[in-house]
Amino acid sequence: MPRETIQLACRVESLSILRADGTLDEQLEPHIPDADLKRLYRAMLLARRFDERCLHLQRQGRIGTYAPSRGQEATPLGVAYVLRDDDWLVPSYREFAAHFWRGWPLERALAYWGGHELGCAVPEGINDLPVAVPIASQCQHAMGIAWGCKLRRDGTVCACFVGDGGTSQGDFHEALNFAAVYNVPLIMVVQNNHWAISLPRHRQTASQTLAQKALAYGIDGLQIDGNDLLAVVAATREAVEKARSGGGPTLIEAVTYRLAMHTTADDPRRYRSDAEVAEWEARDPLPRFRDYLRRRKLLDEGAERLLEDEIRQELDRAVQWYEQYRHDPYELFKHMYAEMTPELERQLAELRAYLEPQGAERPAAAAAPVVTRVL
Amino acid sequence: MAQLTMVKALNLALAEAMREDPNVLVLGEDVGRDEGVFRVTEGLLKEFGEERVIDTPLAEAAIVGAAVGLCFRGFRPVCEIQFEGFSFPAFHQIEGHVRRFRNRTRGRYTCPLVIRMPYGGGIRAIEHHSDAPEATYAHLAGLKVVLPSGPRSARALLRAAIFSPDPVIFFEPKALYRAFREEVPEQPETMPLGKGVVAREGRHVTIVTYGSLVRTVLEAAEELYDAHGVDAEVLDLLSVAPLDGDLINASVRKTGRAVVVHEAPRHCGVGAEIIARIVEDSLLYLEAPLRRVTGFDTIIPYFANEKVYIPDSGRVVQAVLETARF
Repeated sequence: MPRETIQLACRVESLSILRADGTLDEQLEPHIPDADLKRLYRAMLLARRFDERCLHLQRQGRIGTYAPSRGQEATPLGVAYVLRDDDWLVPSYREFAAHFWRGWPLERALAYWGGHELGCAVPEGINDLPVAVPIASQCQHAMGIAWGCKLRRDGTVCACFVGDGGTSQGDFHEALNFAAVYNVPLIMVVQNNHWAISLPRHRQTASQTLAQKALAYGIDGLQIDGNDLLAVVAATREAVEKARSGGGPTLIEAVTYRLAMHTTADDPRRYRSDAEVAEWEARDPLPRFRDYLRRRKLLDEGAERLLEDEIRQELDRAVQWYEQYRHDPYELFKHMYAEMTPELERQLAELRAYLEPQGAERPAAAAAPVVTRVL
Repeated sequence: MAQLTMVKALNLALAEAMREDPNVLVLGEDVGRDEGVFRVTEGLLKEFGEERVIDTPLAEAAIVGAAVGLCFRGFRPVCEIQFEGFSFPAFHQIEGHVRRFRNRTRGRYTCPLVIRMPYGGGIRAIEHHSDAPEATYAHLAGLKVVLPSGPRSARALLRAAIFSPDPVIFFEPKALYRAFREEVPEQPETMPLGKGVVAREGRHVTIVTYGSLVRTVLEAAEELYDAHGVDAEVLDLLSVAPLDGDLINASVRKTGRAVVVHEAPRHCGVGAEIIARIVEDSLLYLEAPLRRVTGFDTIIPYFANEKVYIPDSGRVVQAVLETARF
């Protein structure tokens, strides 16, 4: 057999609609009702102010290590906007904008960064998974959920988030491979924020784009401007419609940038230049979307001030609730198994006897637990 | 009903559960058309179809990770990992997610799945096909770890595992797959997870074991009685997590002596935990030092030499005699 070229149906598109300089491709502009545009702007602003508040709280020692999402709000928000309530959303750890859109109380997110499992206790009725800390292992769960969506024949789909670093993991590959073989309704969104802590995107993979990895699995891949909410909505709509109608998975590479540190334990000046950050500040999704709304006369300075006040009060209330939240110290035993095992019963009794000694003066650290009602 | 091998008994448990509950799915490598490398899934594809008996691509982490997601959509997946040595590519899914979801979501998301895998040595297999990693999994809070010792317990425990609300690691001693037949009742039966049984009553010494070595120990017990007049009580734990501490301590308090027997390496093995439980709860009842007869703290030898590694009845007899005569 001579050496011949195999003709592959290979194509990777990139999509940008509302550019950083404010110019708009009206041909591609997705239809989003005015009321939704306003709600989306509020949600993006809320995510930004939440992020800023968390950084302050962390610096004051009032929450633990925090992973900021500044600059990456448009992608999770745009994806969440397109999903139906009964669809599924599997995040990594910079997607609180999506969680808030889907109805999570701010208090749960604060509880998460404050070190409480409550922050992973997804409220009933919301089909989200909680934050996933290990990199890319959540892709497998999303693939399994999407597979379940297909088997249930209820028309639901699953969207999953992973970072550019995550694409190097076996789980990312295995999940997309399975998803493609079983043709399941999965939308895999790679938030390419250019930095996996200190490792730049070009050292993560020699591929020209992350979107092209889709081609190896036999599925569609698309690169989009992840800081352009309109592009996110347009691309997600396409992928979701395809998935819902049995067309299988899509890989979306959302090109964005982590404007802040990896976590509050990280100092990004060790590995990247201020000039690079400044370049991406100019492509920030928030002012870009705000200007779009202003041009469409959906937002003016008065309305913005009002929004800022509302959001500040909302955050104040959430922080106030979080700071008085007390959990049951014995809860660590409660959810290990459906029924507590005899050995755990014994260990629980051991801890209780230590924290609440009978007939002895109660040590201050073991004051009777005051448990707060869960929001 | 019928006299079944362990392979047939496991197959029966799967088929019964799948008939009863449409949410039970079987997924793994070669479980469909090939009916599993040991044929445990024989006939299932034909009866239940491709949506419920799923031949997967070759990736253990994806088999287990997909099962996690399927659980969240209300299914009860039964994963087959082809050999215990290949469970480690899925280890981060088991350790990092399967065992944690219930706790971290305060019960909102749970993983009622089973991960079945052939276990242990004794079938002259190639490398990575003969290990006994139960302690590795028993150490992971949130999992239940089960090891049947024969066809009847295999069928009853697999049923219990499938309908358990908690994730279960189900080790199938591969040396027992076709080693013997046992009467299996007509009606489906279950045995509680976390409870052991007395496999042989005795007065002089307690031998605690499980899985593949229960038969070896019972043989040793007969020899001890017939040739040496030592009446050994044999405990078959069936589960190593949770561990049936009450059963162990009740027996040791009666006999005052105990020997623990398992195939897995000694260091930090399940035997260490069993002995700790005895020392904590029954020290003052003891008449002799506690002993372990186990695999050595080496890699299990390649098959030409595996027999010296796996405890045989001679090693058990010797240790029990030393304990009984102390």
